[in-house]
Amino acid sequence: MVESLLMKKLSIVEALREGIRQEMIRDERVFCIGEDIAIPGGWGGAFTVTLGMEEEFPERMLNTPISEAGIFGYACGAALMGMRPIADVQYSDFLFCAMDQVANNIAKLRYMSGGKLTMPVVLRAPVGVTGRGAQHSQCIETFFLPVPGLKIACPATAYDALGILRTAVRCDDPVLICEHKLLYGSKGARKESGAVDASSDIPDEDYTVPLGKAVIRREGKDVTIVATLLMMHRSMQAAEVLAQEGIDAEVIDPRSLVPFDWETVKASVGKTGRVITVEESPKRNGIGAEIAATLAEEAAELLVAPIKRIAAPNTPAPFSPPMEKFYIPQVDNIVQAVRDVMAY
Amino acid sequence: MSDGKYTTEFLLDLYRRMLTIRRFEERVKYLFLEGIMPGTIHQCQGQEACAVGVCAALEKDDVITSTHRPHGHCLAKGMTVKEMMAELFGKVTGCCKGKGGSMHMGDMSKGVIPAIAIVGGNIPVAGGAALAFKLSGQKRVAVSFMGDGAVNEGIFHEALNMAAMWTLPVVFVVENNLYGASTPVGMVVRTKTIAERAAIYKFPGVTVDGNDPLAVYEAMRVAVQRARNGGGPTLLELMTYRITGHSRRDPALYQPEDERKKALASEPIGRFEKYLFQGRFSTQQRLDNISKAVDTEIEDAVTAAMSAPEPNPEDALKDLFVETS
Repeated sequence: MVESLLMKKLSIVEALREGIRQEMIRDERVFCIGEDIAIPGGWGGAFTVTLGMEEEFPERMLNTPISEAGIFGYACGAALMGMRPIADVQYSDFLFCAMDQVANNIAKLRYMSGGKLTMPVVLRAPVGVTGRGAQHSQCIETFFLPVPGLKIACPATAYDALGILRTAVRCDDPVLICEHKLLYGSKGARKESGAVDASSDIPDEDYTVPLGKAVIRREGKDVTIVATLLMMHRSMQAAEVLAQEGIDAEVIDPRSLVPFDWETVKASVGKTGRVITVEESPKRNGIGAEIAATLAEEAAELLVAPIKRIAAPNTPAPFSPPMEKFYIPQVDNIVQAVRDVMAY
Repeated sequence: MSDGKYTTEFLLDLYRRMLTIRRFEERVKYLFLEGIMPGTIHQCQGQEACAVGVCAALEKDDVITSTHRPHGHCLAKGMTVKEMMAELFGKVTGCCKGKGGSMHMGDMSKGVIPAIAIVGGNIPVAGGAALAFKLSGQKRVAVSFMGDGAVNEGIFHEALNMAAMWTLPVVFVVENNLYGASTPVGMVVRTKTIAERAAIYKFPGVTVDGNDPLAVYEAMRVAVQRARNGGGPTLLELMTYRITGHSRRDPALYQPEDERKKALASEPIGRFEKYLFQGRFSTQQRLDNISKAVDTEIEDAVTAAMSAPEPNPEDALKDLFVETS
């Protein structure tokens, strides 16, 4: 990509807001539907993404009752009639209230129709274990992995968030965008403690980021670390620590779980022979399990060491800060796992 | 029943549609019980007047959402016996290329969103279609067909409330056949009618004889006109009776004998025949001709479906996403 001279530094929240605005200007079929997204003097959604947008788009910022199944069911019906809804929940945990609409209707209707209809729905869902206890702290992205018919994106930077949002809105398939609360860069009353800077220089051009295309965040030759969202940032920190020990880690950010860029991961493993997966959701049946199983099945000959999965334990997220810190993979856990596989 | 204001052509068309649904269902039941047809079926014998009366009040580009019991709705909205029969046999010539089956029949070109087989699941989808019509300034109407069982799903409340809040062009049609599967509606609903629930959303709720296609049509016309003119939703409760089992091989032993007898005596097709004769709209000969034409259409569809090739098994992998990368 040719870098534009007109760069501006944006947080994920600002990038998403700008992206949604631009898509709504570009295409009048695009509209937003969700809770607390369009109340003057309100919040602009739980994390300020749509702040103030109701002034610019009074007809297309649809503030709903607290009715998650209704939100996604209405988005589904509107998409079937040619609209391009961006539906959001305040916390990804609330998607479970809308599970029938998401998993049975949005994900399956195209397939059940024999491919005769399209379902251009964007589902936006804040994820992340963030001091709120078990029902506002889930990382649901891997929960939806076994639901055929949903694409799942996990942007870890503002650049990717904007590019993926554009791709998702323009895509004729449903795309679930998992947005991390600690990466948002929300300000004021919605600022998150423990937030990590995920802002990017955003070029003033209509770029997109494709789904199914990983990015190598750090090149290395000794070990491959695969991680998304907050865990990608922690993996980068771990790689710096490891570099001081003379271990050269490659960090891959898949950016989307469905579709998944197996090519980039396998190419990296071909180089390093060692793989660590890092995720914030429970270990059981997670993306690490999927990566480990697929590599064992299709690329075992590339491996020189056992695959290590770093993940949350198979429990709900605890509230108490010391327990929560134990629950979420930390930089130290990643560093130690890499040392372990380097012993082979 | 009302008279004087309908053309003979219109009345006979209603009759033909109801008869098509009945004969389609009877033929499918036979094929199914003989083990010739795969899958499972939920049939609507006895409820034909609901589907036909409702759809007669719609335009071609209005849309409906349907349920696990969709055959009648699909036929009434203009889908063909042929594309539906082929779908039931799981053939690529079916309306969903064999990927949907009985419970997911649909054809967007006829205004039929593929049926949604989770009870209540289609209600917000119809609402969303109506929302799209409103946002894009189209004067179209969406209809959600549901059974009485759907009104106790939480989504019923969410969807009706949102439709009321946005004054959407949607009609919620409850076919009250007195049973949610085997459970009598009176056991699980305290109110006398389901229509009265509309009052809490501040839009009209009407209970109508669902075995009279003209009564259904008239009530639906009012609801559709209201929706199309920006007046918002209506909840239409159609009182009817399922004169077959809930699903395959259900002998419906929970339906009391005397209730069943009464229902059979007031089933919509026999009643409508009497009306046609009494009003001198038709002769037996004319109805016989319609009957023969319907049977021929169905037999042709069965022959075509059975002789259509089976799908390529690996086509199961197609049609998930538009963009596969």
